[in-house]
Amino acid sequence: MIRVVLPAHLRALAHVDGEVQLDVEGLVTQRTVLDALEAAYPALRGTVRNQTTQQRRPFVRFFACEEDLSHAEPDEALPDPVALGAEPLLIIGAMAGG
Amino acid sequence: MSGVRVLVGTRKGAFVLTSDGARKAWEVSGPHFPGWEIYHINGSAADPNRLYASQCSGWFGQLIQRSDDGGVTWAPVGNQFVYEGVAGTHQWYDGTQRPWEFTRVWHLEPSRTDPDTVYAGVQDAALFKSTDGGASWHELAALRQHKTGPDWQPGAGGMCLHTIVLDPTRDQRMFAAISAAGVFRTDDAGETWQPANKGLHSQGIPDGDAEVGHCVHSLAMHPSRPETLFMQKHWDVMRSDDAGDTWQDVGDNLPTDFGFAIDVHAHEPETIYIVPIKSDSEHFPLDGRLRVYRSRTGGNEWEPLTNGLPQRDCYVNVLRDAMAVDSLDDCGIYFGTTGGQVYASNDAGDNWSPIVRDLPAVLSVEVQTLP
Repeated sequence: MIRVVLPAHLRALAHVDGEVQLDVEGLVTQRTVLDALEAAYPALRGTVRNQTTQQRRPFVRFFACEEDLSHAEPDEALPDPVALGAEPLLIIGAMAGG
Repeated sequence: MSGVRVLVGTRKGAFVLTSDGARKAWEVSGPHFPGWEIYHINGSAADPNRLYASQCSGWFGQLIQRSDDGGVTWAPVGNQFVYEGVAGTHQWYDGTQRPWEFTRVWHLEPSRTDPDTVYAGVQDAALFKSTDGGASWHELAALRQHKTGPDWQPGAGGMCLHTIVLDPTRDQRMFAAISAAGVFRTDDAGETWQPANKGLHSQGIPDGDAEVGHCVHSLAMHPSRPETLFMQKHWDVMRSDDAGDTWQDVGDNLPTDFGFAIDVHAHEPETIYIVPIKSDSEHFPLDGRLRVYRSRTGGNEWEPLTNGLPQRDCYVNVLRDAMAVDSLDDCGIYFGTTGGQVYASNDAGDNWSPIVRDLPAVLSVEVQTLP
């Protein structure tokens, strides 16, 4: 079970509180986690990554295990603690005013 | 008893303001989608409980929300806006060419007859249509692919298609306004488009009388006179009596003819309303006095409307989609400000009072007249 922490706006959009838990088949990567996230919560399609290009939205970042994974390749394996459910993948809205 | 529902989009959420036909006591619902920019909310004339809202953020992109119960509950629908074919390029601020890139939905215009059909005007400028209640969107690409497209360039707010006017008597005809390109008209439901800018003059482009390049801010039409259009341009208040084929300046005796919003009285096709703004570099009322100007002659002769509006130290703006009218008798006029006030007049503009004073900056105001 993969654990994902969403930013507040996306929790509200998905109508969830706290972490979400996802089943991911095969290799656990940014892409497979986001595929599972969007399948479970269709309202989030297009909010984390562009629906057409599949690119991460510029002001969204991915953190896990105290590392910034935002610039890792989408098909690169996420750290083992994320794949094992010991650590969550944090989806972060960049800190900026507004 | 009849009533009204005022739909307010702001920088930080949506608000729904409701009143009975007297329009004196108001209930305020919201914020809906707190923290998100709501560029526009609009209701279907065919089913007043069907509302569409454009919800966006610099972080999480564009969503479209739909309500089937008059704004009590909402659900996201489709939000994939893909330009048809090769997107091409348009002018950038520095004169270079830049690829078309979708940013946000500025305006949602539901069909007058089918609640599941709705048009979306987007940035970078293009027109999309949904016929399934917003679940999916397809581009009416002939507009963006017009031969003048490479000459279009962004205004200060981006290169946006911000105004869509549907002709109530000809279902194949509609108008779209783009900043900064101008007005375009289709007579065949979007298959082909013609620039409709003859008579516009703009100092900010090399050829002031060019076919395109004009920063049109908004358009208004009375449903009984679909050949007549009123326009608030960057500077100039204009009028056309031939469906946009030619335009005449009708704002010369205003204290300033810069502004964003324009609308027409629901029962008097020659009565129009604008909110003059000091200038293109000072987006606030002249002399700190918030005045709506009304013309009962379709332009040229104007009177300031001030009763109930602040007449000192007022430095708000009224944006292009932030004015609307109801169809009760007397006609109600509504507008929202970047200071968060929504003002209403239940007597065609003679007297004004704020419905709310302290919302986030208001981006859009629409009103539904309910049975």
